[in-house]
Amino acid sequence: MAFSPTSRQLRQVAALAILVGLAIGAATVLGAARLPRADFVLNNATEIQSMDPHTVTGIPEGRVMRAIYEGLTVKHPQTLEALPGMAESWEVSDDGLHYRFHMRAGATWSDGEVIDAHDFEYSWRRLVSPETAAEYAYQLWCVEGAEAFTLLPDDRQYRALDGTWWQVVAPGRYRVGFSAFSTNRHGQPLHRESATPPSWDGRFPFNPGAAKLDVWTFHKWYPYGVFHRFHAEGAPGPIVANEVPPDSRSEMRSGMYDEHWVCEVEPTLEELATLQLLSAAEFRDVAWRKEVGVKASPDGTTLDVTLRKPTPYFLDLCAFYPFFPVSSKAIARAQERWPSSWRIEWLRPEHLVSNGPYRVAFRRVNDRIRLEKSPSYWDADRIAFDTIDLLAVDHLGTSLNLYLTGEVDWIDRPIAGVIPRLLPREDFNPAPYLGSYFYRVNVNEPPFDDVRVRRALALTIDRRAVCERITKSGERPSYSIVPRSLAGYTGGEMRRSTSEATYEENFAKDLEEAKRLLTEAGYGEGGGEFPTFEILYNTDQTHKDIAEVLADSWSKQLGINAKTLNQEWKVYLDSQRSLDFQISRSAWIGDYLDANSFLDMWMTGNENNRTGWGNARYDELIRAAASEPDVAARQRLFDEAETILMEELPVLPIYDYTSRNLANPRLGGFAGNALDEHFPKFWYWMDDAELAEKRATQPDDWVQVPARGPSEGKYPPAGRDAVQRCIPPGALR
Amino acid sequence: MLRFLARRLLWFAITLFVVVTVSFFLMRAVRGGPFDGERALNPAIEANLQARYHLDWPQWKQYLAYVGPFNLDDEGPEFMGGNGDRPFSGVLAGDFGPSFKYRDFTVNDIIGQSLPISAALGSIALAWALILGLGAGVASALWRGTRTDVALRLLATTGIALPNFVIAGFLVILFVFLIPLLPVAGYGSPAHLLLPGFALGAPFAAYIARLTRTGMLEVLHQDYIRTARAKGLPERLVILRHALKGGILPVISYLGPATAGILTGSLVIERIFAIPGTGSHFVNSALNRDYTLAMGVTILYTVLVYGLNMLVDLAYTLLDPRIDLEDPS
Amino acid sequence: MTSGQDRGKQSWNVGGKDLEALFAEAAKHKGESLWQDAWRRLKSNRAARWSLWFLVVFGLMSLLAPALPIPSPMTLDLQLEPQPPVAPWTAFGNRGFEPDYWELAGSDRALVSLREAVFGDWQTGPWMGTDAKGRDILARIVWGSRTSILVALAAALCSLAIGVTYGALSGYLGGRIDNLMMRIVDILYSIPFIFLVIFLITIVNEYRIELEDNFGIDREVVFYIVIGAIYWLTMARVVRGQVLSLRKAEFIEAARVQGASTRRILFLHLVPNVLSVVIVYLTLTIPAVMLFEAFLSFLGLGIEPPKVSWGLLAVDGSESINPIRVYWWLIVFPAAAMGATLLALNVLGDGLRDALDPKLRGKD
Repeated sequence: MAFSPTSRQLRQVAALAILVGLAIGAATVLGAARLPRADFVLNNATEIQSMDPHTVTGIPEGRVMRAIYEGLTVKHPQTLEALPGMAESWEVSDDGLHYRFHMRAGATWSDGEVIDAHDFEYSWRRLVSPETAAEYAYQLWCVEGAEAFTLLPDDRQYRALDGTWWQVVAPGRYRVGFSAFSTNRHGQPLHRESATPPSWDGRFPFNPGAAKLDVWTFHKWYPYGVFHRFHAEGAPGPIVANEVPPDSRSEMRSGMYDEHWVCEVEPTLEELATLQLLSAAEFRDVAWRKEVGVKASPDGTTLDVTLRKPTPYFLDLCAFYPFFPVSSKAIARAQERWPSSWRIEWLRPEHLVSNGPYRVAFRRVNDRIRLEKSPSYWDADRIAFDTIDLLAVDHLGTSLNLYLTGEVDWIDRPIAGVIPRLLPREDFNPAPYLGSYFYRVNVNEPPFDDVRVRRALALTIDRRAVCERITKSGERPSYSIVPRSLAGYTGGEMRRSTSEATYEENFAKDLEEAKRLLTEAGYGEGGGEFPTFEILYNTDQTHKDIAEVLADSWSKQLGINAKTLNQEWKVYLDSQRSLDFQISRSAWIGDYLDANSFLDMWMTGNENNRTGWGNARYDELIRAAASEPDVAARQRLFDEAETILMEELPVLPIYDYTSRNLANPRLGGFAGNALDEHFPKFWYWMDDAELAEKRATQPDDWVQVPARGPSEGKYPPAGRDAVQRCIPPGALR
Repeated sequence: MLRFLARRLLWFAITLFVVVTVSFFLMRAVRGGPFDGERALNPAIEANLQARYHLDWPQWKQYLAYVGPFNLDDEGPEFMGGNGDRPFSGVLAGDFGPSFKYRDFTVNDIIGQSLPISAALGSIALAWALILGLGAGVASALWRGTRTDVALRLLATTGIALPNFVIAGFLVILFVFLIPLLPVAGYGSPAHLLLPGFALGAPFAAYIARLTRTGMLEVLHQDYIRTARAKGLPERLVILRHALKGGILPVISYLGPATAGILTGSLVIERIFAIPGTGSHFVNSALNRDYTLAMGVTILYTVLVYGLNMLVDLAYTLLDPRIDLEDPS
Repeated sequence: MTSGQDRGKQSWNVGGKDLEALFAEAAKHKGESLWQDAWRRLKSNRAARWSLWFLVVFGLMSLLAPALPIPSPMTLDLQLEPQPPVAPWTAFGNRGFEPDYWELAGSDRALVSLREAVFGDWQTGPWMGTDAKGRDILARIVWGSRTSILVALAAALCSLAIGVTYGALSGYLGGRIDNLMMRIVDILYSIPFIFLVIFLITIVNEYRIELEDNFGIDREVVFYIVIGAIYWLTMARVVRGQVLSLRKAEFIEAARVQGASTRRILFLHLVPNVLSVVIVYLTLTIPAVMLFEAFLSFLGLGIEPPKVSWGLLAVDGSESINPIRVYWWLIVFPAAAMGATLLALNVLGDGLRDALDPKLRGKD
């Protein structure tokens, strides 16, 4: 390998070429990246999971959905009352069970197709269909028949007749079976291992030995004891087994059904012709048409919805993103063009069809989603911003710095350390938020199975110190699980001392009682040694701080040894789910303005319970409240239920959340509300005059900050008065 | 030369195979799955979700499907029982799968979007490192023993005495808050990459300065330098033509580990400066249990590091004919 | 033949000088071993000397931390925001000491009781300020140094144990086995460590109770092992390179020709040379490990509170950088401490390398 002298020049040229190539590459990438600033930039905290409204859960996803889609209703920025969206008007029956929505004429999708009631029927069906695997499917279960529809097994192998399932065992030979659902709403069995069919009027369908065609009726047990009748026609044969059909989903099946009676029949050709075998898809069509209470009128102008029980918050739900529509034609087109990758292709910004005020211009993972105003939106005249950017910056410090240097106009969470300095500012306005921060206790593990121990722990939490010194945004110490930010709700609270004049004195008395309880339970002075336990929390500064402070105070005040344990998010969720913890930090955010969303998870066996606690009376009360139409009576039921919960204390409430939005003071159409839901269609920039007006109504001690943005404001094409004006927030001062 | 390349490529394939296999099974052994969320899933829905991403298959089958090149599900090739819609899939077919967490994207999409950005950031970091490092190293070697030398060495060592996020913090205070010169974070123009590039490259500048200085000093001790000087060659030419080469050689061999280090350091820097590169995906995918994206990024890093090391070895030989590629030591 | 002792008395013509005088002069200059030579040169390197002293002092302070009259690093005193430093002349100290610590070893507990006996409940004031939970920064830096230094040392020693063995073996055996072993190192090098770290830390969390009860291993120890397991690869490479080049070195040949036994070669020649490289490399690994620990703390995978380490302090400090109010003491002091220590280690490492480099022997 001899190197010629000129190879030196070659080498130098090569090195130079590589460097130049790198530089050009870098320049192209950077040049292509230059973007003009959008009208409005907000930090969405994380890259969202998907643009499909039916498969996502999460607050950042909700923000994007509310911008690009619109449901039947839209919520007022401040009061959260339901305003017309895709539905121009609606009527509610007196019993609260029937809704009729009149669809907006002339509304179209972004590809020009008309959007009407059929689209909503299709979308809601998609939401509850098992193959969509929608996590929020249960939100639509307030509609009659929807829950059963979701829990219908989806199996290409069997052929289902109206109401029963059949399986082709061999040509000409069928297995027909019927199963009893005796499960709760989430598929967990309530009655286990009953060997005989539950007796109900003796009309259970088996007729061994009969060989002629018979019309027999049988019942399926639905949750809460609601029955549904199906008619089945077929020839029953001798009972062959008590088992599920052999297929790959048998685990799923056996989780939901626990009694199965299987007959093997060999119908004759005539009998076969009358059997009305349907494919699984056809069966689901039949089930949807017959059993589920969502019907679009043939001309598409009205949508009739029948609820299972009166649901006062149903109109709220219509503005909740799982209820948003998707275009069936767009999906069908995608399925045709890309048979194997349509699931991803139809969601790409260039193919996505949506009906909301904005549509997606482009999307860069972990950077931003850029939205532009959709000209096909029915209310486009009243949309002010032409472009909106949603950034995906998850580092809190960076997010705050971006806001403070003016690159971002709205962030939803500053770092905890600077909150005291932000409070006097006019752009920081904490508002009560429908969320609760509490500690779950694993009541299966001693010593936490003793309610006195739990009560002692709950009484020793200095909630005011936590709210004032750690979270610092005006959170409210909480002694109940339903946040008191829920207007009009008064429920049971934890028993504690309220007789003294000041918080400190009350707290001192609570401490004494805690010590007394602990001694009574056998720990403390003269008693046994309290085992060391761990407070589990997921990685976050605030959770860490609270856990450390509480561990410290429990150690000091009660003499018990508490440690903290940090787990990353997925492991933490897994630990909670498998009850592999003693005490765990938790939170729950309400999806709609009703106490039920905070109370029904504590029923026995509910998979969001995750404490191992259950109380029969509590379950009864919640079930009763679910079907109680009278508001006052319902409230009383909730009150009693929450009192039980706070007496038993499987959860230790700590505080109610506040929303901590930092928003440019020039932003109009934006207000703090209990759900912290904001609809981009109302946003606009105030001009200087309006801004001055707004500032004139603010308290004098608020510090004014530079309100970046155009001094002439940015109003919608329809004019300066075509906006939704809100009373400036500032409730917690 | 060819034999060297061939052998290197063979080991590259073996390395990649081991990395893929170990990472694949390691990831699935950790607790928590991609679909765990705060709200519990209905078992039926969870089963559906798992089935769609083939997580209900036995692990060996998932592994084979991931590696490819044949698609193992219903759309696979006809000789395997499928309907032939999509016969090829898997890494060997260039398909890294859909992301479990970012469901609107495939891993190819995500890496395709973020890699150029990371590469730009990395190049700028490397450029900073080379400019600062070579500059400081040469100056240090030239004025050896003087105060300048000591000061420069001290400054250079600061780069490796502080974590890069602390350096980034100081830079932000200096050039964003005190002197509002540069944007605090984000991605959208060359100015956005200056600070992150510097913070990322600073530790490597320190090492490069050191290496250059040592290398140059070693060369300056050699006999042939003395000869050149004795012959009357001006000092400047002595340095530029001879000593510099001696200083650059160790720097070049350091480029391999330096690039690996820049890739690692970018995890932190990209997070602080909100740059949408592949570094952020590396950690997040592990924490989200996004198996496919994590594997994709892993493979990418392995390829990059190994490829760069190979290039460096080649460059080393080209620059110094004394070094024989065949000699294993 | 004459005996060896007589040799000196042979009459060689040495140009007229008195032989005895010559030998007497020669006898005055004692030959130096490698270590003496190195030590002498290290001492003459001023920067390295100062670094050594600094590290010694710092190490002592770290070791005796429980006995120093500083506040506890754990005492919580919730504030609205971090309190700025108060100069020593304004507030030299106060009487608010509370012995709040996590579980300490026996020797540490003895030191704490010693401190209480001597100083009572006096403690230094907030010379470096406090963080938002009222914890003194000076105390956290001093206690943090313990954890960080311990992590670094343990990891370095761990990597030393595995790396030196592996590398020496590989270099000594040579040939194909060496090739294979080094290829294995290459492959391991390519496995992205972040998964390994998450995996190991998660596994340890799951079995922490069993590990603690049966083996006395807590999360800290696992942490050390994890980091050590990552750093042994480079050590192995370095050692192996050294052994390989030494095998061919001339002085080894010379020794062998002179009839030295294998054992003599090994212990007198190979080991010291390898050891010198190892020592230098160790001094340079320790800073790398400390930085890695900071990196893991940034990702949330590092040391658990209430224990404190420099990495945690650096992360906390850098989180509080914002244009409204820079809590500069949260970052400047920990950065200064960390920077100074790592700087000293690097300078010492450089000095050691210069001192131990055989190529430079005799060139001073």
